Amino acid sequence: MDNNRRTFLKIAGFSVALGLGGGIPLSLQAYTPADVEYVPTNAQITGKRWGMVIDTRKFTKPEDFQRVIEACHQTHNVPDIQGNEEIKWIWTDHFEQVFPSSSNPYLAERYEQQDFLLLCNHCNTPPCVRVCPTKATFQRPDGIVMMDFHRCIGCRYCMAGCPYGSRSFNFSDPKPYVQNLNPDFPARMRGVVEKCTFCAARLEQGQMPACVEASNGGLIFGDLSDPDSEIREVLRENFTIRRKVELGTNPCVFYIV
Amino acid sequence: MFEKALRGDRRYWAWIILLLAVMGIGSIFYILQLVQGLTVTGMSRDVSWGFYIAQFTYMVGVAASAVMLVLPFYLHNAKQFSRMVILGEFMAIAAVIVCLGFIVVDLGQPQRLFNVVLYPTPNSILFWDMIVLNGYLLLNIIIGWSNLSAENKRLPHPQWVKPLVYLSIVWAVSIHTVTAFLYQGLPGRHYWLTAILAARFLSSAFCSGPAILLILALIVKKVAKYDPGEKAVQTLATIITYAMLINVFFFLLEVFTAFYSNIPGHTHTLAYLFTGLHGAGSLVGWMWVMAVCAILCLVLLVPPKFRKKPELLVPGLILLIAATWIDKGLGLVVGGFIPNPFESITEYAPTIPEIMISVMIYATGLLVLTVLWKVAIGVKKETGSA
Repeated sequence: MDNNRRTFLKIAGFSVALGLGGGIPLSLQAYTPADVEYVPTNAQITGKRWGMVIDTRKFTKPEDFQRVIEACHQTHNVPDIQGNEEIKWIWTDHFEQVFPSSSNPYLAERYEQQDFLLLCNHCNTPPCVRVCPTKATFQRPDGIVMMDFHRCIGCRYCMAGCPYGSRSFNFSDPKPYVQNLNPDFPARMRGVVEKCTFCAARLEQGQMPACVEASNGGLIFGDLSDPDSEIREVLRENFTIRRKVELGTNPCVFYIV
Repeated sequence: MFEKALRGDRRYWAWIILLLAVMGIGSIFYILQLVQGLTVTGMSRDVSWGFYIAQFTYMVGVAASAVMLVLPFYLHNAKQFSRMVILGEFMAIAAVIVCLGFIVVDLGQPQRLFNVVLYPTPNSILFWDMIVLNGYLLLNIIIGWSNLSAENKRLPHPQWVKPLVYLSIVWAVSIHTVTAFLYQGLPGRHYWLTAILAARFLSSAFCSGPAILLILALIVKKVAKYDPGEKAVQTLATIITYAMLINVFFFLLEVFTAFYSNIPGHTHTLAYLFTGLHGAGSLVGWMWVMAVCAILCLVLLVPPKFRKKPELLVPGLILLIAATWIDKGLGLVVGGFIPNPFESITEYAPTIPEIMISVMIYATGLLVLTVLWKVAIGVKKETGSA
């Protein structure tokens, strides 16, 4: 089954590259699972409602996490700051921190030991966007909750608004803490808030999000509005949970546990 | 009229120079913050608002509290406040300036402040807070200055000011309601997510603000020989007492709801504040000082024969100011961030630069207040209008 889908998608991916897409929905055409050798399409990847599934079964070793975190932080010039002013776009924590209301004292051992990936949920009704006084953080039509680093006044209202702790603030100039600066992505100045952008810039260039690419199939990214997308297929076949759904933010990051 | 602020005795000028010196020293720390960023403060990824925003919140209440004089005076013809209303209106001006100061120093990119105006965003409560605060500032400047100018010319208050006065009454309530809405509309911040927060804000404002005003008025009575009148003092003391009783009652409602329902989100912050949580409890001492101050101030203020004695009224007011300041200017904002969204605890304490910058803003407010009151008292004394 898995192999069939992979093969199918491979063909679909190549067809797109060759301009043979035909009637297949674009988001599906363009998607190549990351454990298959990735072929850039150079065509913008578009969707109506981006989402992500984190298959926690595929994150077993510390390297599995490190790989995606490093891919993201490297791509986006995320500074490596120690202590409580740290900046993180994608990181890990334990079950009871990630799912506080779903935790219990007799949690299965493998969950108690395991780490879980955390990133911005790109909520459907994002409180951060609701509270931002300058529209420096805004929701794109495809659902991505974006940041305009150049408009942000650094009031940090969005950080108070986000119930997921997904946002970081540049308390000081981040540049000294960035190793191997990536010139293709803006480095931030001090005094602005930042967070995961679902790699909106990479999607525009026909690339999958950096973490997805590095995840060996552990992260599935796709268009939630498209019933034929791979992500919907994965959601149909697996039981998934989301963080703090009771708050009505409608997070678009799903966890297979 | 302003020339009255330029004529004063040695004590007056010494006080002005002292305030300017404090502002100067504080501004050195602000320059440090501008150069290095908000890393000079004690704030963190988890506690992303701290002392500045807490002081802002407290002072919005002080600004709003002028309505406790304006409303009885203009709507109920409470003549006893005639020598004090202008002090309340001018204190509101100084308080709003302090509020705006705390907002500006809290910004990571203060030079982009006007983005709030350039890209108006009505879905953000901060946008509305900007409107109501600046509107209130303007209203009080217009009302206070026009009425005082009229008195200076021995004329009755101009008629066109009346509608603005009525507007300012509603507006005063709005500034603190909107400030409460900044907090109480956020999902996942349980300590703030309570419908009674705006009511708590108003009740604490309506006791703490007039208490500060009364203390300052009593100081002025000594140093400037301007007597607000015993009846005004006692009426205001009664208002303060009722507001504080309501404030304490509202707080106890929160405690009941949290601990009887026993819902973790509701109990955690209160537990952190009063007993400590998971071994962290840097505010526990403060919160119990608050509780003791609140009880003691009520003991001194509730029995009429106590609050009639200045030697008991003044300590009662000081205890009240301490209690409300710890509650709102310390526990409320910081407590809202503890525990963090991961049910973990990062504690917060302001740093020296943070405190010095705050002192600078308070000194600025005091300077504005001093100058405005100097003018007001000068006019009042000269015309003998009461």
